[in-house]
Amino acid sequence: MTAPAMHESGSAATDPEPILSARNLVKHFPIRSTGLVRRQVGVVHAVCDVSFDLGPGETLGLVGESGCGKSTTARLVLNLIEATSGQVFYNGTDLTALSAKKMRELRRDLQIVFQDPYASLDPRMPVNEIVAEPLRIHGRYDDAGKTQVRDLLRTVGLKPEHGNRFPHEFSGGQRQRIGVARALALRPKVLVLDEPVSALDVSIQAGVLNLLDELQSELGLSYLFVSHDLSVVRHTADRIAVMYLGRIVETGTASELFEGPAHPYTQALISAIPLPDPRKQRARERITVVGDVPSPADPPSGCRFRTRCPKFAAELSDAERSRCVEEVPELVDRGQGHPAACHYAERKVLI
Amino acid sequence: MTEDLLATSKNGAATDVVLEVSDLTVGFPSDDGLVQAVRGVSYGLRRSEVLGIVGESGSGKSVTSLAVMGLLPGNAKVSGSVRFRGKELLGAPEAELNKVRGRNVAMIFQDPMTSLNPVYSVGFQVAEAVRAHHAVSKAAALDRAAELLELVRIPNPRQRLDNYPHEMSGGMRQRVVIAIAMANNPEVIIADEPTTALDVTVQAQIMESLQLAQQETGAAMVLITHDLGVIAGQADRVMVMYAGKLVEVGTAEDVFYTPRMPYTFGLLGSLPRLDRPSERLTPIQGAPPSVVNMPPGCPFTPRCPLSVAVCEEVEPALAPTTGPEHLAACHRSDALIGATPGDVFETDVVDTEALAHFVTETEGQA
Amino acid sequence: MPETPTTLATTPAGADAQDREFTVEQRSQFQLVLRRFLQHRLAMVSLVVLVLVVLLAYVGGWLWKYEAGQITPDNSQPPSFDHPFGTDAVGKDQFAQVLRGTRISLQISVMVALLSTFVGTLWGAVAGYFGGVVDSAMMRFSDLVLTLPLIAVAAMLAHLFGGSWYLIAMVIAGLTWAYVSRVARSVVLSLREKEFVEAARALGATDTRIILRHLVPNSLGSIIVNATLLVATAILTETALSYLGFGVQNPDTSLGLLVSEAQTALTTRPWLFYFPGLFIILIALTINFIGDGLRDALDPQQRKVRQ
Repeated sequence: MTAPAMHESGSAATDPEPILSARNLVKHFPIRSTGLVRRQVGVVHAVCDVSFDLGPGETLGLVGESGCGKSTTARLVLNLIEATSGQVFYNGTDLTALSAKKMRELRRDLQIVFQDPYASLDPRMPVNEIVAEPLRIHGRYDDAGKTQVRDLLRTVGLKPEHGNRFPHEFSGGQRQRIGVARALALRPKVLVLDEPVSALDVSIQAGVLNLLDELQSELGLSYLFVSHDLSVVRHTADRIAVMYLGRIVETGTASELFEGPAHPYTQALISAIPLPDPRKQRARERITVVGDVPSPADPPSGCRFRTRCPKFAAELSDAERSRCVEEVPELVDRGQGHPAACHYAERKVLI
Repeated sequence: MTEDLLATSKNGAATDVVLEVSDLTVGFPSDDGLVQAVRGVSYGLRRSEVLGIVGESGSGKSVTSLAVMGLLPGNAKVSGSVRFRGKELLGAPEAELNKVRGRNVAMIFQDPMTSLNPVYSVGFQVAEAVRAHHAVSKAAALDRAAELLELVRIPNPRQRLDNYPHEMSGGMRQRVVIAIAMANNPEVIIADEPTTALDVTVQAQIMESLQLAQQETGAAMVLITHDLGVIAGQADRVMVMYAGKLVEVGTAEDVFYTPRMPYTFGLLGSLPRLDRPSERLTPIQGAPPSVVNMPPGCPFTPRCPLSVAVCEEVEPALAPTTGPEHLAACHRSDALIGATPGDVFETDVVDTEALAHFVTETEGQA
Repeated sequence: MPETPTTLATTPAGADAQDREFTVEQRSQFQLVLRRFLQHRLAMVSLVVLVLVVLLAYVGGWLWKYEAGQITPDNSQPPSFDHPFGTDAVGKDQFAQVLRGTRISLQISVMVALLSTFVGTLWGAVAGYFGGVVDSAMMRFSDLVLTLPLIAVAAMLAHLFGGSWYLIAMVIAGLTWAYVSRVARSVVLSLREKEFVEAARALGATDTRIILRHLVPNSLGSIIVNATLLVATAILTETALSYLGFGVQNPDTSLGLLVSEAQTALTTRPWLFYFPGLFIILIALTINFIGDGLRDALDPQQRKVRQ
């Protein structure tokens, strides 16, 4: 019904119709006092006015540090938590307006892989049952169900003979593969990957990343890849959106963002990641930020990054600074080739 | 045998070595048998060098340093020798160990909350650390505490002294822990995953403070981490651990540019890189072995694409490779000369046949 | 289940490395729990004792030469070879009486445990899962039940509904389920936040499915432990009720009733008092120890059980 809304602010005119788009998503969590009458005493601004498009077969990376709202955004997109305002469109359908029953049916097409492979699998269910559960829920576990489960397990690199075992008998990497198999069972179109490899060791992580890579090209999946690890995101994502304190501060293709980051936060983030290359790492230009992320319950006015911004602290004049304090910078292209939410955005080559 | 090798490879006087670990072995009895967490680790830490220990979870890297500090639980079976400036620490009485711990050898843990006491103010705790080994007045100790907080770049250190740990952010707490470690100008700092629990931008700050503090005091540092990037930026020498053993030792350049152990090689190949566009990763198949009831032979054999018959029989010892200081424990290290991770490791991960089967089965539904 | 351990020696080099991970013999969760329970000495001894008591009550009573209630010519006999627990003033064999009382008391307490666990678990699980107003309303009701003085209300209800053993059981269960509901709720509250519950919701699972397939099986451990301990509580409550004269009525008997009847003869025929008392203590104690053992065995965090 509100399909035209999708075209309003398409990030690039050449893109095909997005399969999933978020429009002005906002999520506030109430902070309640403790005690008998739990009055609301404040609001955590977890996600603020976040919009993005995900094209078919595309990977959109959502990066940021803890508390930036990336995981909340992922859950909003899947309608797992209710948005305070804003819409999510899947193939033109507004998910936020669907009934619980309709939404359950639509979950076939939208699936999620969680961060913690230890917590996301029911410890009392054997692996076969875990992978079969989506099929059962949607009434698709028929005679062929058993073979489907076997094929899924083999696809993700597990032995079907191990299907009778319980999750605790598997290593972290194997459990994450079980999570992937479960998410694939219903042949979804969109997969939300919430930090799918951050709990894994490096050598295991690579296997899961390659698996996701290959599944995407074989099945034509679209990925919303949420991660705090810029290296992983650079590896997997076609386009990247960087989040800070609930807002997207910069977005662009992977190469645009890494070759010429324009927002001081993105720059700081890129230079904070150590390169596994002694000569390069020791010779790098570093942009360091001070302090920690402010509380999302009381975000700074204007630009939310200004309290830690090296540019704000060292380069800007008082007159320029007042703009950062008073005016929320819009996420627009200021001549850097891609949108960045900084009044004084400036490309920098860091790698 | 590894001991001898290390001894000969130590060019320079033995006095240069502040901490010497030889043939350290740690086992924990369990229901299923002895868990061999550390199996014969030997190294010498030289004055003011940064020695990186890298390995995945369960490789024994943390247990090694806990054993060095004498902090393992009572049921641990520890053997070998740990000498600080020639003095044996293993089996030394607790009182003796306490003199060394905190004063000469300081430790920084991953979670700052485990090392800070929540009921005391930060200033009190730093001052306590100073007073534990120096007879100074409370006021003088507090002055020193403020200095230390400044050294680790805590803004407004004077005011911060009255804060309690819970009033500080994770990054600030870790700085306090570093300040406590620095309190007595230790000669050795053991930092066990000091930045793992923190956000990336905070990690960079902490790493910088740690480096600064280390340089200022001239202490030698053992830096334990799973992050190869941190090692690349900080460590002078690197030791790679796998299944409780050192499998490769060398300078950072040796290990990162000419690895001679397939495990290190695979690890480097499985890292997604920030500095280059996407390329195929080379994961290492399988997972680290369980360290209970270890079979003979090289523990990496089942995951190693280069393994041959001998790998299953004989566990290789550390042997010099590209230079006398660059050691690797591998029968096939020569096979890595000039190779790229893509040549050695397989990158196929999907059982395409099963996938195709699954796709045809579900065709109608999709 | 293919629980075969994969031995390392037989794994050829370069073969599928996944097998290597299962170097330690894998055990199903049930086996692990069983093993931990078997290592809990006090619980094991208690289990053996309890099984013996139950066997004695059911099989022994059937084999014993006297029936409960049967009047023998020997009255007021102290324990002897012929009457191990002695006889009462009219010549009833106390051994037969105690066995019969044990049967009734056990039946009552097991039924209490089953009933209140079933009701309480569902009640608590629903309240905990939905939270908010539903939770508040349901738990306030539970709190209300909890504030009722158990013995007094049970005495009144038992008095109203009569003294058959299953009515007594229902009365006690009607008051004890609220304890169970609190335990179940707290377990579900913590489980609800687990990612696997969110995963099930993301798959499109209904609330009913989540509660029945994920929450209840995962809280089963604590519920079983609780049910076990409830058996002990029920046996003591029943004893108290019968002792006060509001429980099981003559000619039926229970351990509590036997104790109550014997109190007038405490000085003249003390054996009438001691043996049923001993059985009450024995049952309540062993069940409590078994409950402890189960709790330790089912708790996955518990690495080493008390020996």
